[in-house]
Amino acid sequence: MSDLFFTVMHGARQVMKAQAVNANNLANASTDGFQAELAYVQEQNRDFEISGAADFTPGNIRATGRSLDVAINGQGWMTVQTEQGTEGFSRRGDLKVDSLGLVTNGAGQPLIGNSGPISLPPFTNIEIGADGTISIQPVGQGPEAMAVIDRIKLVNPDPQTIHRGEDGVMRLLPVNGEEIIAPPDASVQLQPSSLESSNVNAVAEMLKMIDLSRRFETQIKLIQSADENSASLASLLRLN
Amino acid sequence: MNQSLWIAKTGLDAQQTKMSVISNNLANASTSGYKRSRAVFEDLLYQNQRQPGAQSSQDTLYPTGLMIGTGVRTVATEKLFTQGAMSQTENPLDVGIDGKGFLQILMPDGSLGYTRDGALQVDNQGQLVNSNGYAVQPAITIPADAQSITIGNDGTVSVSTPGSTGTTQVGTLQLVDFINPGGLQPTGGNLYLESSASGSPQAGTPGQNGLGTLMQGYVEGSNVNVVEELVSMIETQRAYEMNSKAISTSDQMLQFVNNNL
Repeated sequence: MSDLFFTVMHGARQVMKAQAVNANNLANASTDGFQAELAYVQEQNRDFEISGAADFTPGNIRATGRSLDVAINGQGWMTVQTEQGTEGFSRRGDLKVDSLGLVTNGAGQPLIGNSGPISLPPFTNIEIGADGTISIQPVGQGPEAMAVIDRIKLVNPDPQTIHRGEDGVMRLLPVNGEEIIAPPDASVQLQPSSLESSNVNAVAEMLKMIDLSRRFETQIKLIQSADENSASLASLLRLN
Repeated sequence: MNQSLWIAKTGLDAQQTKMSVISNNLANASTSGYKRSRAVFEDLLYQNQRQPGAQSSQDTLYPTGLMIGTGVRTVATEKLFTQGAMSQTENPLDVGIDGKGFLQILMPDGSLGYTRDGALQVDNQGQLVNSNGYAVQPAITIPADAQSITIGNDGTVSVSTPGSTGTTQVGTLQLVDFINPGGLQPTGGNLYLESSASGSPQAGTPGQNGLGTLMQGYVEGSNVNVVEELVSMIETQRAYEMNSKAISTSDQMLQFVNNNL
């Protein structure tokens, strides 16, 4: 069998993978705080391989008027606790306070404050400042008793060191097998009462989808030609 | 078969749910005390095709990996408890809640329901009830010969009766609040039920402990912003179309294979 078959088949499979990455971006076009995955071709020895990296362009910010909604203005991340208990990063800011006072985001991941997950006493009013400071007006007290409870840990590590976990939460790449913890960054700014929409660029994704499907057709055509080649070779070699 | 087909299908499902939520908000654009919902999405698990940071040789690492996501799902449809606009009705039994809090309603099964809809009525026993005829708690009975009813900002209900000077207090309306009102379970009929996510109800006098005040002669309108809903409807429709386009493209790719090989 021709070597061409396998090279092209591998190529077609890689294109299918890229198409799956693309379909996932489109499916998450309205998931708040979602960061698109960009698939790109990477040459490797004789073949090529599809690689992916998260797109860290900020999404659009829209005002919602809900005091527990926050969006990150520009670069940076809110720190959340992952299921493994380690620190992860997320940009989704549709926060909630559960019945025990624990602050989580819309996906149910607890937010990390100055020292571990943030827990709030019963309050009648809540304000989240641009630097992540959470202040509340405790139940039974007037507006003059507004008290700072905690501060959301905002970080801004080098994008090169961040990767997406299997649960979709971003993490730092371990260095020499050891987990590292990102230091808080005071320059990260929040925008209160707003949400960041998904950063998926729908038009670009649609174009990429067309491009990928044409590439796929090219690969299939190549398999077809390889097949024809070997058929004509066989007929040439046939005696009489 | 082709992963993209199933991924795009989850996108269609999610947009369909969002559309139902928007339709319900629009349908309730003039329901008094209605609080709008919003669909909350979450990306599904990722399949790790190649771990970023894995060793590409003894001394080098792959700088990037490949994570293929498996789509999206709706995690919640949460209620947004922002204040609705107050409209004046001049009906003495209409009370609008200005601020936080819910009125307590005794359900037919004996449990308590909570509502922001303050369009109250009097039943044939003289008891204060909501539009469905469920009694307001704590129970308040208006005397049959009452000439006028006054509900104060703090919930005090007083009536004036013929033959007596001044007014008589017949009861007090209470408000309750929850630590996480978003966790309340909507049951229809403008009512919410306590859930383990909402926390337990904390009753109090209107205007105290951060609870809202009562405004007699007003009804709190729905907090649905019709323009915003229409904009998200357009957005949802287009996102739906894009996902169906992803399905048809994946379909064409497979069709191409079948036709040409």
